[in-house]
Amino acid sequence: MMKVFKWSFIAAIFAYLYLPIAILVINSFNVSKYGYEWKGFTLNWYAKLWENEALAQAFLNSLLIATLAATAATLIGTLMALALYRYRFPLKATSSGLLFIVMMSPDIVLAITFLVIFIALGIQLGFWSLLIAHITFCLPFVVITVYAQLKGFDQYLLEAAQDLGASESRIFRLIIFPLVFPAIVAGWLLSFTLSLDDVIISSFVTGPSFEILPIRVFSMVKVGVSPEVNVLATLLLALSLLLVTFSTLLLRRKH
Amino acid sequence: MVINFRRFVIVLTVVWLGLFVLVPHVLVLLTSVMSPDPQHLAVWPLTLNSWGRLLEPLYAEVFWHSLWLSTLTTAICLLLGYPFAYIVAKLPGVWRGLLLFLMIVPFWTNSLIRTYAIKLILGNKGLVNSLLLASGLVDEPVQLLYTPFAVIFGLVYVLLPFMVLPLVSSFGKLDGTLLEAAHDLGAGFWQRFRLIIVPLTMPGIIAGSLMVFLPAMGMFYVADLLGGAKNLLLGNIIKNQFLVVRDWPFGAAFSVALIGIMAVLLWLYFLANRRINRAGGLDDESF
Repeated sequence: MMKVFKWSFIAAIFAYLYLPIAILVINSFNVSKYGYEWKGFTLNWYAKLWENEALAQAFLNSLLIATLAATAATLIGTLMALALYRYRFPLKATSSGLLFIVMMSPDIVLAITFLVIFIALGIQLGFWSLLIAHITFCLPFVVITVYAQLKGFDQYLLEAAQDLGASESRIFRLIIFPLVFPAIVAGWLLSFTLSLDDVIISSFVTGPSFEILPIRVFSMVKVGVSPEVNVLATLLLALSLLLVTFSTLLLRRKH
Repeated sequence: MVINFRRFVIVLTVVWLGLFVLVPHVLVLLTSVMSPDPQHLAVWPLTLNSWGRLLEPLYAEVFWHSLWLSTLTTAICLLLGYPFAYIVAKLPGVWRGLLLFLMIVPFWTNSLIRTYAIKLILGNKGLVNSLLLASGLVDEPVQLLYTPFAVIFGLVYVLLPFMVLPLVSSFGKLDGTLLEAAHDLGAGFWQRFRLIIVPLTMPGIIAGSLMVFLPAMGMFYVADLLGGAKNLLLGNIIKNQFLVVRDWPFGAAFSVALIGIMAVLLWLYFLANRRINRAGGLDDESF
């Protein structure tokens, strides 16, 4: 009895989480534009998305930013985790405090701080501002993931390498990097997810020169219904699932 | 190697965080006490005018309404997320991993698009109203969209995973032998729940609540799509001041107020965490 209750509760929560997405995916193949009832199968909306150049471009831009930001954040975040784990330096406590602030701050506050610094530095709002902002808000999540892994492994390995005369960069390349590799993959995926999901920060730090998905979609869905958005959702989901399958396989082969 | 690796890593860390986190926060604080200027955004002299304007009835009202919507959202997330996390944390590793993974998957479709999906569900011709009409419970569509209910529905939808994840980690650390001991000594479920489970998962409860409550105040697009003109969030005002009215000092004052709320809540979090650690229940680990 208790067990039935438990699993129906779990099922209800997942129904709540997945119902909206299921509706988007189903409607991306629906002849009916408004999607209130099923009127037959079509791939018409996929063709429509292809023709809607501005939207397709925004979609590609979003993927580009997510990929670049996740890669850069993983790289920088891994090095930061290393610095916080291995080295002593002035401002170390401040640095981890700042990472904590980035993690806890509501997006709207981060968005304002990014906007203000870009204007102050004279960086034009567009590709670069967007990339820097996305890298920065992903950083703490990479650092936490990698740091946790660093804490877990054998300290003597590093000492042995050091005693045998390996340079710091060599130790990083040959010992630390391979050992924290799973955490790096996890950090990358998390960053990619956060970057793709972001709406608030992107709305503040991008300009007309480089439009990404949320900004384009916002103007489309505010007024009415757009079947192309259903297609986008379906494509994003399919792509991400592919990515995860791929990285799972990659990790399994490593072990 | 020509460049010292160690120095490179340290400089990168300090410079990046200083330039893109510390300095911007200081600049926002500074902006909030400057004078507005449509051309140059914020100019001297220093003034407390923007801060005074926070108290104007119109803005104070939005502020409280936003606070109220966020509080309700947090409460509902906790109500749903707590039992959910409890069940998930007790599952075997593979299942736990799978269910947590399934919580992350919706994030790949971008939260704006998901919010749009909710708009479709709650609309007059949407799924909920179709079901209500078909079941004969109502004769005409119920107005769900553009109500506080719709905003809370959307916020809970987007933020629920942020409540669940810290809670699962908290439940994971819960020492099962404590519960067994209590059970053996004759404590009922309610007693065990109130005296052991809740106090020991308090860090997770507070962390999850923070991760829901703070972002909830800023999610302007949820209010824009689902709330109509009357159910604004703090984020809508900040966005409006920065991007439309271009009164940066006033917008900055609102942001700093939000940072202030965050600081107070984080302080409470650390106090609670310390109390629990002193009681000897959990490791000292904020996340």
